[in-house]
Amino acid sequence: MPEAQVSVATPKQQRPTTEETSLITGSEAIAVACKLADVDVITAYPIRPYDTVMQYVAKLVSNGELDCEYIVAESEHSQFEIVKHASAVGARVFCGSSGVGWMYAFEALTVTPALRIPMVAMVGNRALDDPGAFGVEHNDALAVRDLGWQLVWVDSPQEALDTALIAYRVAEDRRVFLPCAISCDGAFLTHSQALVKIPSQEKVNAFLPRYNRGDLLLHPDNPITIAPQVNEDWLMEIRRQNAAAMERSSTVIREAYADFEKIFGRKYGNPFFEEYQTDDADVVLIGMGTLSNPVRVAIRQMRELGQKVGFVRLRWFRPFAAQELAATLGRFKAVGVIDRDFSLGSPYASGVLATEVRAAMYPAAKRPPVVGFICGLGGREVTVPDVKRMTNSIYLAAEGKPQPGTQWIGLRE
Amino acid sequence: MSRLFAVEIVYRGIFQKTLAKNIGRAIVLAAHREGKPGITFGRYGDSPERNGIPAKNFAIVATDDLTLEEGMAKYEPKEVDVTIAVDDTLCKGVESWAWYGLQPINRLTKPGGTLIVTSHESPETLIGMTHRKEHPYQLAIVRGTPSFSGLWVYKDDHSDVRILGAIAKVLPDLFSLASVQQAIRDEWDSELKATSALRAYERTSTVTVQPTQGDPEKPYEFVMPKWTEMREGIAIPSIARGGAMTDPTNGKSGGFRPERNPTFKKFTTRTMRPVVNFDTCIKCTLCWLQCPDSCFDVTPDGLYDANMQACCGCGVCEAVCPVDKCVTMVNEAQFSDNASQWEMWRKDKQGYHGWLESKIANRPERSHGFRYRGQYEEQVPEMLEIAKEG
Repeated sequence: MPEAQVSVATPKQQRPTTEETSLITGSEAIAVACKLADVDVITAYPIRPYDTVMQYVAKLVSNGELDCEYIVAESEHSQFEIVKHASAVGARVFCGSSGVGWMYAFEALTVTPALRIPMVAMVGNRALDDPGAFGVEHNDALAVRDLGWQLVWVDSPQEALDTALIAYRVAEDRRVFLPCAISCDGAFLTHSQALVKIPSQEKVNAFLPRYNRGDLLLHPDNPITIAPQVNEDWLMEIRRQNAAAMERSSTVIREAYADFEKIFGRKYGNPFFEEYQTDDADVVLIGMGTLSNPVRVAIRQMRELGQKVGFVRLRWFRPFAAQELAATLGRFKAVGVIDRDFSLGSPYASGVLATEVRAAMYPAAKRPPVVGFICGLGGREVTVPDVKRMTNSIYLAAEGKPQPGTQWIGLRE
Repeated sequence: MSRLFAVEIVYRGIFQKTLAKNIGRAIVLAAHREGKPGITFGRYGDSPERNGIPAKNFAIVATDDLTLEEGMAKYEPKEVDVTIAVDDTLCKGVESWAWYGLQPINRLTKPGGTLIVTSHESPETLIGMTHRKEHPYQLAIVRGTPSFSGLWVYKDDHSDVRILGAIAKVLPDLFSLASVQQAIRDEWDSELKATSALRAYERTSTVTVQPTQGDPEKPYEFVMPKWTEMREGIAIPSIARGGAMTDPTNGKSGGFRPERNPTFKKFTTRTMRPVVNFDTCIKCTLCWLQCPDSCFDVTPDGLYDANMQACCGCGVCEAVCPVDKCVTMVNEAQFSDNASQWEMWRKDKQGYHGWLESKIANRPERSHGFRYRGQYEEQVPEMLEIAKEG
């Protein structure tokens, strides 16, 4: 028996690995993507559940695996301002926050897309205070939905890693130059370790070109001033430019996913939304994030009883693939929208997604009834029985029995 | 035949966080070697962790991806094949802030499942500390001092791999010894640790705990109100102020006992408790003043009685007390109730002194974190010796 060793050595597993498969959380997967993307400047300010990303980034930096400026700011507002400026001078940047931390950065969040800064951020979705709560709600990320942020939701650590790489590719495309926030459900994704395939650096390099800010680079050799004060003579044109960039983003997203599949061999199909057992479905549910897990399980169980239910998991909320989604949802007899968020006083007292889905479907040729559900707020589990209850209501809507515009599911009442 | 496996690791927050995380990871990696997919996660509601507060880590493994997804559809498993308590005082029950009162350590243990405890105590002592369960289950003891391989320091005393070896013994369908040894070699690059797992595997035996055995206390039950029954504006009633205490020997009223939260008592955080020699107390107030949990009741005769419903066992009172051996911290496993020491002393001073001396005399070393410089260096070889000798 070898001699007992007294040491404070870090176990091997705590050193991030580059082996092909790694047991990591969704947050750690995002940090690994930062490393693979060779990000230049990362700012951090702790708030749960996003802080798990900054912890892992800090480890990568201290272990010498990631060479970047790692700046712990004194607040979220500065955190987002610092990377905004770094991006303007040509640095690839990463940032992130959660819940009210994201809200504290709100001013910086508004100026970032306006200045066409291709920042990539991770939002560890968390309920907004008060009450202080850590569980997932999507209202934090959705708060910036009108500003020019591209917003994408993922449902597994693997998809988190892959989408972060795609996000850089899309955001930094000169046709786009808009920030992108990747939403990861607090707890279910940020704190759960799963086996993730880590792509090789060579493939990442082939997929992701260097960030080139071109004519917008803030540099003495390229004398420009950004963000001057303007009056009413200028603002509409500026907004229209940014709207055009967001419109172009859809095309760039498609290209990026096609290239991703070619280079990495992992298929995501339609980038904007994923369909599950929809081919022969009578009715369909739609939602975002990790609630996909209980929904898929419930669908398999309901199908054993002959109920033909499908599921559409929306990935990209901005840009919103309205026409395509409306055409898809029009194939079914009724649609149920699951919102892990709320929009108080909105049409039919709905969640945000339900309102968007109804708006998207209005011009469509086929408009099945849309039933809204608010579910899983504050980290409450969306359970298999919850999904079955929702499905029963959609079936009634499909049979022409009017359903309430919005139902709260899993509420103690 | 598809099957879902669930293991929970119950641990002392912060002090044992890394230990629990390592065990969860190694379970998933060992099962992965046999082609079983899995995930592992800490109980989200426990974080941010506080020193010593019971917390949980889970490992969910399945024979195939679809079955795993069924397991993942419930964020926390409703029952587990194996419950691991990496500190024997957790057998008295656990109370995380989101659990609405004290819950038995074996609450999620399946009928016929196994509770694995790291302890120097006998099975009888541990069963006595543990709540009764309506179904029989197995108890396995991995001999050792509770490991504090936590956030601040990684104490590599092999508790992690010894528990993994024990799991391979009690639940061979989850993973074999060979698989877990290989996972250990991959994770830690240590043949010594793989050998420790083997030793634990060879030594692990279980005893069956019957429904008639254990602490008969009925766990606290809490019914959550409907949304229409809750006060608006996120307002909740606060705890009342408290009032005088009564002397059990003469009915005299006086002093002050703060009212405490009846649904969140916190004492399952405790791994050691203070015992007080009231005869040498000089009433300096330092323990009462410094206690971070305001656990001291002021008695009618001006003494300070550590209330065991509120004491978290931090040891600050022992540290600040200016009188030699007036306050002494003692292993929590030695006590079976939370009765008032002061009342015991008032009723029978001689009896109390006999009790006090016996508790202090039989005081096995028990750390809650590191209490003196060099303790870590002392304890690691000691634990490795236990691993070697069994």
